[in-house]
Amino acid sequence: MGIWADMSSSTAPWRVLIAEYAESRGALVGAALLLLTLMLAVLAPWIAPQNPYDLSQLDILNAKLSPGQVGVDGLVFLLGTDEQGRDLLSGILYGLRTSLWVGTLSTVLAVLWGLLMGLTAAYFGGWVDTAIMRVVDFQLSFPAILLALILLAIFGQGADKVVIALVAIQWALYARTVRASALVERQKDYIQAAQVLNLPPARILFKHLLPNCLPPLLVVATVQVAHAISLEATLSFFGLGLPITQPSLGLLISNGFNHLMSGRYWISFYPGLALLLTIMAINLVADRLRDILNPRLRK
Amino acid sequence: MLAEILRRMTQAALVMVTMSVVVFLGVYAIGNPIELLVSPQADEAERLRATVALGLDQPLWAQYITFLRGALSGDLGRSFVFGIPALELILTKLPATIELAVVAMLMAVSLSIPLGLLAGLKPDSWIGRCIMTGSILGFSLPTFWVGLVLIMTFSVYLGWLPSGGRGETVIVAGLPFSFLTWDGLQHLIMPAFNLALFKLSLLTRLTRAQTREALLQDYVKFARAKGLRMTRVVGVHVLKNILIPIVTVVGLEFGGVIAFAIVTESIFAWPGTGKLLIDSINQLDRPVIVAYLLVIVTVFISINLVVDLLYSALDPRVRSSGPNGNLG
Repeated sequence: MGIWADMSSSTAPWRVLIAEYAESRGALVGAALLLLTLMLAVLAPWIAPQNPYDLSQLDILNAKLSPGQVGVDGLVFLLGTDEQGRDLLSGILYGLRTSLWVGTLSTVLAVLWGLLMGLTAAYFGGWVDTAIMRVVDFQLSFPAILLALILLAIFGQGADKVVIALVAIQWALYARTVRASALVERQKDYIQAAQVLNLPPARILFKHLLPNCLPPLLVVATVQVAHAISLEATLSFFGLGLPITQPSLGLLISNGFNHLMSGRYWISFYPGLALLLTIMAINLVADRLRDILNPRLRK
Repeated sequence: MLAEILRRMTQAALVMVTMSVVVFLGVYAIGNPIELLVSPQADEAERLRATVALGLDQPLWAQYITFLRGALSGDLGRSFVFGIPALELILTKLPATIELAVVAMLMAVSLSIPLGLLAGLKPDSWIGRCIMTGSILGFSLPTFWVGLVLIMTFSVYLGWLPSGGRGETVIVAGLPFSFLTWDGLQHLIMPAFNLALFKLSLLTRLTRAQTREALLQDYVKFARAKGLRMTRVVGVHVLKNILIPIVTVVGLEFGGVIAFAIVTESIFAWPGTGKLLIDSINQLDRPVIVAYLLVIVTVFISINLVVDLLYSALDPRVRSSGPNGNLG
């Protein structure tokens, strides 16, 4: 690859990564899209034309307006309204916020728990390893969607419960990824040197082993954020995820499902498009990261 | 081989028992089904009678023992809603789900192998890039939303395909099949494509990655050096070597397809087990939920077992440490 030739030895590694990342146009589009999505989600309360959760701002006379129509109070509904007269654009912006928040939070928590479990299994080995990995294998042999459905059927609705369910179905994957790389790292000289120095296990685990297991984990985690968002939307679509007071994108789509047959496509279509673009952006970025961090594909 | 099968069977039995306890406790913690089953006007005596009739007055452990005793003789309880044995209910719905899953998987495999090969052979051409971008799109599209868009386009606007149901079926060997009638096929094509899309992307990417790695191997270089034409090298040498991981993934993903059928079936009103599960969760039909999970766990364990055995038969390097892992 060309960029390796003109890299001087003093170039910081992250600059090499960025330069290499930028080689793919699709990945750049993905990164830009992701940035835009994040900004829209963060700024939602300030840029949305309406607060979709505030029932006093909704007018039933505005219900089911098609995109571009003007409501009774003069507000233009760019993407139309739903059955309660809620502006869909505002609904999507707020829904994006909820979806991203739930997806990211659950992934971060799952990564932390998975890291702890995976490192513990790899470092201590023996029965600890066997016990943890049995649970991991058991969990990974079932599709996430099925486990999530059952967990939420048991827990009931609510953002906190969705997060718990998503953590419960995701941690096993991280635990396995971390364990695999930690087992390789453990054999290396620097860990053995640390052990010879008689450093405490916690220090070896977190200061020495952990940083070296991170890169593969980060790639998996990026993909999983997209996966978590998609799962949350699916669960909410079935009415098992977030409550109606806190609509995520999945719930907005679900609301529109009942109006699809009568040709009111926009209630489902636009929230779905927002969901698609978000997931797509994350996947594009993750895909490029994986290519860069996988040394086997380097020529 | 026999020892391996026996070991796996014992493991499977353990998993089933664990699963039944977890599911039983979990499902029985969800609300009281009496509220939904007895009309709100019913008086206290009537509610009590219904509770006793369903065995809900017993303590939880006693209910579990009764359930376990029944389960061992093939009786997983009666559906609260339909009043027929839960197992029978699921088994009558299972063929529809299997049909949908098999057709979806066939669609995914037959499209993904040529696409993946193409993208793997020409990774830097525009067609290779298009296939890869398309696969990311297929990966990103939430299944339920694709279903809605398909219905919107082909049923509501174009009016070409029916939006739901199974259509006309033909009974073959005692089981109804949709794919044998024109009407059934029309009903089948949209849900099957919907279900196939995710696996199609996954398999395309897998085939591409495998092809790229295979092309770097010595046997490919050797075959080329021998003067074989590229079509033969790809069609015989590369294809043969990439098929093993693809077969494995297809096998393992089949369970995932059955699970994801929950989503597709609910959207297209396909009368299979997935739709039954969602309906049962909404109606708190506990025996059906428990029975569904036990049946699905059995199906998964059998699939994993068969794939592992096939895998070690196909590839002698793999012994007893079979692949596992599937995140639907």
